[in-house]
This record gives sequence, structure tokens and C-alpha cells, in this order.
Amino acid sequence: MADTSFDMVVVGGGPGGYVAAIRAAQLGFATAVVEGQHLGGICLNWGCIPTKALLRSAEVGHMLAELDEYGFSADNVSFDLKKVVARSREVAKRLSSGVAHLLKKNKVTVVDGHGSLAGKGKVAVGRDDKPVVILDAKHIILATGARPLSLSGLEPDGELIWTYKEAMVPETIPKSLLVVGSGAIGIEFASFYREFGAEVTVVEVLDRLLPVEDAEISAFAEKAFTERGMTIHTDATVNALDKKAGKVTATIVHGDGKREKQTYDCVILAIGITGNVENIGLGGSKVKVDHGHVVVDEWLRTGEPSVYAIGDLVGPPWLAHKASHEGVLCVEKIAGVEGLRPLDTSDIPGCTYCRPQVASVGLTEDAAKKAGHEVKVGRFPFMGNGKAIVLGESDGMVKTVFDAKTGELLGAHMVGADVSELIQGYVVAKRMEGTELDLMHSIFPHPTLSEMMHESVLDAYGRAIHI
Amino acid sequence: MPIPVLMPALSPTMTEGTLAKWLKGEGDNVVSGDIIAEVETDKATMEIEAIEEGVLGRILIGEGTEGVAINTPIAVLLEEGEDVSATESFYGSVPTAALAAAELTPAPAPAVAPTLKANGARVIASPLARRMAEQAGLDLTGINGSGPRGRIVKRDIEAAITGDAVQAAAAPPPAAVMAAPARAPAGAAVTEQSNSGMRKVIAQRLLQSKQTIPHFYLTVDCEIDELLKIRKDLNGRSDGIKLSVNDFVVRTLALALRKVPEANVSWSDAATLFYNSVDVSVAVAVEGGLVTPVVRNADNKGLAQISIEMADFAARAREGKLVPEEYQGGSFSVSNLGMFGIKEFAAIINPPQAGILAVGAGEQRPVVKDGALSVATVMSCTLSADHRVMDGAVGARLLAAFKALIEDPLTMLL
Repeated sequence: MADTSFDMVVVGGGPGGYVAAIRAAQLGFATAVVEGQHLGGICLNWGCIPTKALLRSAEVGHMLAELDEYGFSADNVSFDLKKVVARSREVAKRLSSGVAHLLKKNKVTVVDGHGSLAGKGKVAVGRDDKPVVILDAKHIILATGARPLSLSGLEPDGELIWTYKEAMVPETIPKSLLVVGSGAIGIEFASFYREFGAEVTVVEVLDRLLPVEDAEISAFAEKAFTERGMTIHTDATVNALDKKAGKVTATIVHGDGKREKQTYDCVILAIGITGNVENIGLGGSKVKVDHGHVVVDEWLRTGEPSVYAIGDLVGPPWLAHKASHEGVLCVEKIAGVEGLRPLDTSDIPGCTYCRPQVASVGLTEDAAKKAGHEVKVGRFPFMGNGKAIVLGESDGMVKTVFDAKTGELLGAHMVGADVSELIQGYVVAKRMEGTELDLMHSIFPHPTLSEMMHESVLDAYGRAIHI
Repeated sequence: MPIPVLMPALSPTMTEGTLAKWLKGEGDNVVSGDIIAEVETDKATMEIEAIEEGVLGRILIGEGTEGVAINTPIAVLLEEGEDVSATESFYGSVPTAALAAAELTPAPAPAVAPTLKANGARVIASPLARRMAEQAGLDLTGINGSGPRGRIVKRDIEAAITGDAVQAAAAPPPAAVMAAPARAPAGAAVTEQSNSGMRKVIAQRLLQSKQTIPHFYLTVDCEIDELLKIRKDLNGRSDGIKLSVNDFVVRTLALALRKVPEANVSWSDAATLFYNSVDVSVAVAVEGGLVTPVVRNADNKGLAQISIEMADFAARAREGKLVPEEYQGGSFSVSNLGMFGIKEFAAIINPPQAGILAVGAGEQRPVVKDGALSVATVMSCTLSADHRVMDGAVGARLLAAFKALIEDPLTMLL
């Protein structure tokens, strides 16, 4: 390697790391990214992007099932799972090479290998457990991401008991499937496999599906999934998985203490993730780790001077866009850019691409009340929106939560078709500290789904037009 | 068409006012510029000037009415040839306006929102911050914005309400993980009092002054026995006039500035600004802060006139009745703490001015004259000057001129 001395070395090339590296390069830092597997990280290769490609196929399948409604007919519609998976892999590959191109264009050096801290201002890079090079760095950003949490008795085996990784490249669709955990990852796989014909059971330890979402949205989604033929067990745990004759028998313990044993072809574990804090040289440093995540301050600084950490490594919400934003914020703070604000988690939107989709930002109604706000709540159903009817997607709702005194938009919660593409409207309004008046005075194009965003705000103040 | 006279916004923060007094009655002729009524706002009592001319046909809001929102019709002017019956349609307008306001809960932002800072710059604030400031009765012009490009955001208002100063976006401390920001320790014996708008403006402007203006200081001792003698003499001749030492100081400073015009200046990045007139801002302590009413063209005013103006300013300042034109502007300042027995002190420049004279107490001190010890009444005066625009020699010449005049007051007559 020509040069081993950099202003900025980023360990990990996922959506946190590569974005931080490009921003650092834009700001004039000589920058390197150390990545041993694939640029773009889990998000691009084994997460957000390939799952969305799979779910796109599921959407097409859903459309085909309703062809008649739109005046078409087709016989012998069938699918080839290999092609569905191949398309997903192709999409991931294409975007990963796009990241390589972007890094090159910005003159970021990509170092192939596993990076770890090796004393003050040093990052050791190894490959296949052999040392390759030691880089000098004025600033080091750790962005090594996270991996699925596994609990005792619920260990994945890669054959019958899967994590997201195996679930993304199935060879066949199991006849019966158990999904453990109803966060975004679990629910998206449940939705995908159900669309392709599997009998799907979801077990969630908390008292409702998608537990980070607003309770009304959770209830709406649970009803929709039940109507799609899924079996949902909330307030329940799986405490044993026994493999026998190519099947898995799960012991499900319900909240009331009742136990049941059910047998499935396959199990997907989606019970949470933990930071990749091991083997990155934290031992000899002042970097602190708590509950599997690196501890940082509001500007992403660890306990070790000039060492920073971002993304899944530092904790929830585990979202690619949160990691990217932290990467940019961290680098800009180091560069002394003015007017920065620390990340406010209530400004981070979250999207789940199941059918129906779920998207939200900010506080749920319950959380807002718990935080001491007197609230005004608006709701608008997809049923009352022209475009939703046109699309044949009349199930869903848009809910908004305002502070009754100040009119601050505290949260927005949506379930229904394409809501993941709508939520940013509320994100912008919230970030700019718009009040209900700014939203009421904004003009939403007709006919679009976005009109429901307007109506929901109007409804919070008793002024909805179309309901 | 009859012309409605609306409640004007008389200050940037005014949302409503009390109609204190009508100075014109129904049927009176009004020409543009006439003072037709007095209004009390949150800050002061101010006058409403007629903008149009005509006959005051109908008064819609009676004297002593409180909480009159801005832009509410308060009277109707009739144009030539119109009679009172033409004003009938305006009777309905008051309740209608009130009803409309009641429907729109929470109250809409005032039509003339506080959008200007004292220096004329626009106040940039988020809609939420504006509303929170309005609800908390805060003046946005006194709040520093911490958002992008200085935008005032929610957390700035919250900080202003709780009294926490917004931390400037200064260099981060070297230590990695930071402790919680320092505040009064829990349980410390303090009583919190939220900062008034005046307090915030003082804090902001003086901080800006000390941080951005390279101050230097020159002190001179002035013997004022002659001045005290003349003052006693003059005060003995008239019951109406009671000249203070400070009146002499204001006049002397004005004359000195006229003699040394290089000191009557302001710095701007583009150019040095020389003031054509000598307008002396005089610091007056009031409850919870201070104001600086301006004696304009002080070099052209006699002692009696300065004395009358200052007495009026001081009285009205304490009642909060100065209008902005009376305390804005000014080319040079004077601050006198002599009455508190302060020997000498250095004041902070009042930007955009380039100098302030801090005046101490006149006290008997031993002085050496021609090798012999004697006693004289000596007053120490310290000039704080902006070195960007005024050098030491200029400041020294100003003080020399001041000293020469004040020690030999008769020369002021020349």
C-alpha cells in the first residue's frame, strides 16, 4: 500500500461507515475505510435492500392474486423461487459495487481486511487472522455494526433454525414457519413467506405486534395479518426448539402460563441484535461497552480520545439511516462544522415493509402522554382517500399526535400501502419545528395518498374535511 | 369610504395594548401626523399618530379599554362629504373580529410578528419557537438561536424559560465523554428568577461588546472645584433649575467630542463612520436593568436644557415610558457612578458606539501644585475606547479637551 497514514480511518464499510468516509473526504480529510466482507454492510448486502427486493416480488404476487379486479385474467400463474432470490442478490450486488465506485470517486482508500484498534492512533488490519498492515490515523471511527442476538435454547443452525441471512436465500418455501420476534425484521419475513404460501406463526414476547409502534397501529397491523391467515401469539415466548426428523418442535409459553408444543418446517429467529464489540481491540482502550454496545456521548465520542463510534454498534434504533446520519454528524463535528445539533431519536423515522406497510416518526400517543404532554390526536382512514381507492388499497390509517398547548408535532404513525414513502413529509415538518398551522397551511396534491397526512392534522383539530 | 383606524403595533413585541386616552374627540378634524390617542403597551406609553386625514367620525374603543389586539379598528375617519351614518358598518366589525379570533384556537400569531432585532437584523425562529415564546411572554429579540444559521429553535426557548444560557457553539472540550453541563449544584441555596427581556438584551449586547470590541482604557483626574462653585452659583439664581454635576459632564463631553471629531465615530467593516452630530447616551439605572436615553445635539444645548431633558428622561425611564427613539441611536455614552461614591471604574462600550466615559465621585484629594501640597476636589474619569477605530492618541486628546473644559467651566461659554 502506498500510504498508511490517514486523517480519518473508518472501521466498517456499512451505511454508517461508508457514508462517514465520503463525508470526511468531502471535508478534506485523507480517509480510509477498512472492510473485510462487503462494502455497504449488512444493510446493502444482507438487510434493507435484498429484503425489499424479496418483498417487491411479494407485492407482485399480491397484485397477480387480484388481477381480476383490474380487468385482467391469467392462467397458470406460478413463481420460480430461485429467480426471486436471484433478483434480490443481483440488486444487492449492483448497489454494493455502486458503493465501491462512490468511495473511489471521493478518493477514499478502501483497505480489505478486519480492522481493530492497536494503540493510540493506530488501526491494525488483518486478513484470515494474519496481520496485513497497521494504519496511522488522527481520528478513528468504529462502525462495525451488529449481529443477531441468540438466546440459550434458541440457537440458529443454518438449516432448520434460521437468522435473517438464511431466511433471505431460501431454496424452498416451508409449508409451516415459526417467526420468533415481531420487530421489523421478523414481521417482514413473516409477510414475505405468507405471500408465497407458507403457514406463518409469529410469537412476540411483548403484548403486541411491532411493539415500538403506536398501540393503534400495532392493533391495526395485527388484524390485517390475522386476516391474511397468520397466527399471532403476543405475550408469549418460545423457550425450547427441538429438532427431529427434519422438523422443529417449539415449546410456546403463553402469558397465562399455558404451554403448547407446535411443530414447524422451519424457524426464523428475529429477537434483536447485539453490537459487534468483539475483536476490534477495545480491550486496551478507554472505550466503554455496555450491554453489547459501545458507549458514546451526544457527538459520538467514546471514552478514548479521537476514537468515535456510530450506527448499530452504539445501540438502537438499529436503522441504516440513523447510522448514516451519525456518521455525517460525527465527521462534521470533528471538522468543526457550525450549527450542528445532536441526533434526537424522536426525529428518526422507522419503516416496516410488510403488507400493510408501517411507518412512523416521533412519540406514540402513549409515550407522549407519559412524557407529560396534553395531546391532540388526529386520525384519517385510507377509506376516505380517493387515491387509496383508485389503488385498491383502502385499508390503513394515518395518525398524528400534537402537543395541545404548543401545536408541536410530537409523532406521526401510519399503516397502509406506500406509507414508507409518505413519512418523510412529517419528518421534515417535525425537524423544522412546524406546528399544526404550518401543516394545515401546506397544500397537498390531489389525488395522492399524501392528502391523508393533511386530513389527519385537520382531524386533530376537529377540522377534517373528508370524514 | 370611511377609513378605519386600527390599533397599531407600536413595538416589535406588542400583541395588544390598553387604549389609555383619546386626545381627539368625535367630530374633530384630524390631519396626518396628529396625535389622536395614547396607548399603553407592555413596555411603555406611546402615542398613535393619524396616518390619513379626515374627521374623527366615530370612536369604537373607549378610553381605558384593556387588551385591544393589534389591527382591531379603534375609530373611523370620515372623508370629506361623508357623514356619521357611513360609520354604521363598522359597529359590527369589533365583535366579528373578536369572534374570528376566538375560533382560531390557539390564537394566531400577531400580524406583525417580532421579526426585527434591535440592530435591524431579522429574527429567524421556527414556528414552534415563535409560538412557545409568545405563550411564555418572551421577546425573541433577546434570545440567541442555536439552530442552523442562528435559527431560534424549541430548545432555545426552553433554555430561556428555565434560565439556562444557551451554550455557544464553541470548540468542544478536549475530554472525550463529557460530564453533564455545569449547573447550580442540586440543593444549592439559590432562588431562580426568570430573565426579563431587558436583562437578556443587556446580557447579549454587553457580551457581544466585550467579546468583539478591543477595549482600551484611559483615565484622567479632573479638578472640579471651579465647576462646583459655578454650579452652586447658578443653582442659587433660579428655583426652577437644579443643575447636577452630571449635566456639566454631558455638556463637557459633547463639547470635547465636537473638538475631537475623530472620537465621535463608529467602526464598521466597510468604513469608519464619523457622526455629524454629537448625541450623548446617558446610562440611567432602572428597576432590573438600565436604559440609555440620548441627549441629542448635546453640544448645541445649554446646561439648563440638558438638565431639563435629563430629569424628564430619568423620571420616565423609571416608569418605563421611554419610546424607542429616545433610547436608540446615540454616538457616545457616559456612565456616572459618582453618586455611589465610586472612585473610578471602566465601563463596557455600548455598540455600535466607539467610546464610553465612566465618571467617578468628586472627592477631596491631596494634590501637588508647583511643589506644594494642597487639597482639591478631584473626579476621575475613565474612557473605554474601541481600538479598531480610535487610537490611544485620539482618546488622549479627547480626555485632554474634556479635562481642560471641565476644570475651567467658563471656557464652555466660549
